[in-house]
Amino acid sequence: MSERILSVLVEDKPGVLARVSSTISRRGFNINSLSVGPTNIEGRSKMTIVTELDAVEQVKKQLNKLVNVIKIVELDPNMTIETEVLLLKVSINKESQTSVIEKASLSNATSVDVGQDFAIFELTGSSKELDKFEALMKPFGIIEMVRGGRIALQSNL
Amino acid sequence: MTKEQLTGAELVIRGLEYLNVSTVFGVPGGAILPAYDPLYDSPIRHILARHEQGAGHMAEGYAQATGELGVVIATSGPGATNLITPLANALMDSTPLLAITGQVASTAIGNDAFQEAYTVGLSMAATKHNYLITDASEIPQVLKEAKFIATTGRPGPVLVDIPKDILNQVAAWVEPGDLDLPGYKPTTEPNPKMVQQASSLIKKSKKPILYVGGGIIHSKANNELFVLATKFNIPVVTTLMGRGAFPDGHELCLEMPGMHGNYTATTSIQNADLLIAIGVRFDDRVTANPSFFAQNAKVIHADIDPAEIGKVRDAQVPIVGDAKSVIKGLIEALGDEKLETENWVSELKEMKTEFPLSYKQEDKGPLKVPYVLEELQKLTKEEAIVVAGVGQHQMWVSQHWNFTEPNTWLNSGGLGTMGYALPAAIGAKTAYPDKLVLALDGDGCFQMTCQELITASTENIPIKIVVFNNGNHGMVRQWQKIFYNSKFSASELTHDTPDYLKLAESMGAVGLRMMEKSDIEKVFNKMLEINDRPVLVDCVVDPDDMVFPMVPAGGSNDQIIMNEEDLKNL
Repeated sequence: MSERILSVLVEDKPGVLARVSSTISRRGFNINSLSVGPTNIEGRSKMTIVTELDAVEQVKKQLNKLVNVIKIVELDPNMTIETEVLLLKVSINKESQTSVIEKASLSNATSVDVGQDFAIFELTGSSKELDKFEALMKPFGIIEMVRGGRIALQSNL
Repeated sequence: MTKEQLTGAELVIRGLEYLNVSTVFGVPGGAILPAYDPLYDSPIRHILARHEQGAGHMAEGYAQATGELGVVIATSGPGATNLITPLANALMDSTPLLAITGQVASTAIGNDAFQEAYTVGLSMAATKHNYLITDASEIPQVLKEAKFIATTGRPGPVLVDIPKDILNQVAAWVEPGDLDLPGYKPTTEPNPKMVQQASSLIKKSKKPILYVGGGIIHSKANNELFVLATKFNIPVVTTLMGRGAFPDGHELCLEMPGMHGNYTATTSIQNADLLIAIGVRFDDRVTANPSFFAQNAKVIHADIDPAEIGKVRDAQVPIVGDAKSVIKGLIEALGDEKLETENWVSELKEMKTEFPLSYKQEDKGPLKVPYVLEELQKLTKEEAIVVAGVGQHQMWVSQHWNFTEPNTWLNSGGLGTMGYALPAAIGAKTAYPDKLVLALDGDGCFQMTCQELITASTENIPIKIVVFNNGNHGMVRQWQKIFYNSKFSASELTHDTPDYLKLAESMGAVGLRMMEKSDIEKVFNKMLEINDRPVLVDCVVDPDDMVFPMVPAGGSNDQIIMNEEDLKNL
């Protein structure tokens, strides 16, 4: 099944995230990723929801019923700029240090903090690039990791 | 000029008056107390229910009978949680409801204060929309919005939760302004292109069926529906929620299809080449297994809620719009077209004669609900508002009562809420004190909300209740008989406890009892004569009677069980 990306413009009101996620779980829909943040318009937030559902039409219709949901656009994956951010804390020691830093820099990850026995990297990119980086760091011992959820914009509208 | 300063509580009551609310149902309590103070001085009538669930169903009955907003008030915590059932019920049956709940003080929210519940969270999935007020000045505007959302588009329940300190906060009364709801713009006017496409399908059809439901009643489109059906000679099935949208007894009326629908209504859909579905949602009680449902039919599906279209069944022609506008559009687009439906109509007419609803009432035998219902309707001279609970009795009423007007049949369709009948009848009678309001209930249902009989007596709301007393959860017993090898686990209630006559009397109502055929006329005439108090008739009926026809859940509508004999072939 291919992924479907919904860009959901909502009113920035208390409880709107709860309404959206409750609607999704109540109808038994699964989501791969959900992110939310403010937009350039005051009082409006945007959610990016990534799902693999055939039932995406129903998701759209049910979400559209929410009073605080203003507009839902399904993004065309071929014309979509998509990105995600990752913070990854990996353990280092004298032996691994050079190799970790080399691999990170080849992956275009930025080191944002380094301690005696750990380093934190930040990487922005497609979900695949993030997955790859995670796999690359795994042998060194990932202490903690967080991903920001995928965000997307259509490049030509 | 300085604006008039009011408390939040006064703004609530002023706001309700501004919205032309004349009646509210409720139960007071700590957090909502401030609102009850100005309510005392308001012309708004308050009906004091004995339980918030009852208050909620009263507001629903009021709304279902009038087609207008029903309003219920409750306190925080248990007051609000007791409202969840009526809210969920109203959401399923698209009933316009406004619930106002008190909340603990905004400074105490989140601290597990006394009688605190997360009402907005709890009711999120049981309402069309809900609000938590954070400043008293919001109240008039939010109430206007809430009414608008509850009554427009696909109607539904809206809840407004107000913390106690906000009810005491002083703010200016500002007349509510224009609504700013960028995410809420229901489509009422159908796309003319879709209407054209629908009409060309209709023109080609030889076996069309108008499959109509609650949407017709919400949009007050029954007159237009009558024109569409009769001008173009199209048979009509009315779903449980749509009973009364097209008059029973009319030769084109096939009445209710589905699990307990009559043979002809259910079969007409199976044999149709076109379903003109308006204001229906292809509920599983109508379709049974959807893959076997109307397999030869193309579908035109019109609904005001776009999410209903394609949810269960794909439509060749989807139309988003208000039922009335859609039907008007169809009538216009069809013009003077003559449909070739004569054979179809007569085929169905013959089917009706061949496969009628049947029951056997023996002279000395136990009473059968269908017989009692038909006798009651004969004795009722005027058009009554009929309210039912959920289960066998509900199906029998829908099958055997002759409904000719919309808004005369109130019941809990989607959620199947036992206990609905009595409080909903109180709500309907409050709206129409001069109309005959009959709560036709089962004993299992009645016992779930029977304390509201006290409300009917003390508030002088003389409804009439017939409790079909089979001493059992009848539909549960029927399923146990058919699907669980007659193992009657926890379905027996007993015929004689409570003693309904004493119960009625103790609650300020008149109690009457009928046991056999010869009692019927006398008892019902007495019931119909008494108009100064509620009357309860304990109608003792056969516990072994079963509702037929029946299509088992998940089965095919091509295989209809017509009677007990057919069960042997299951």
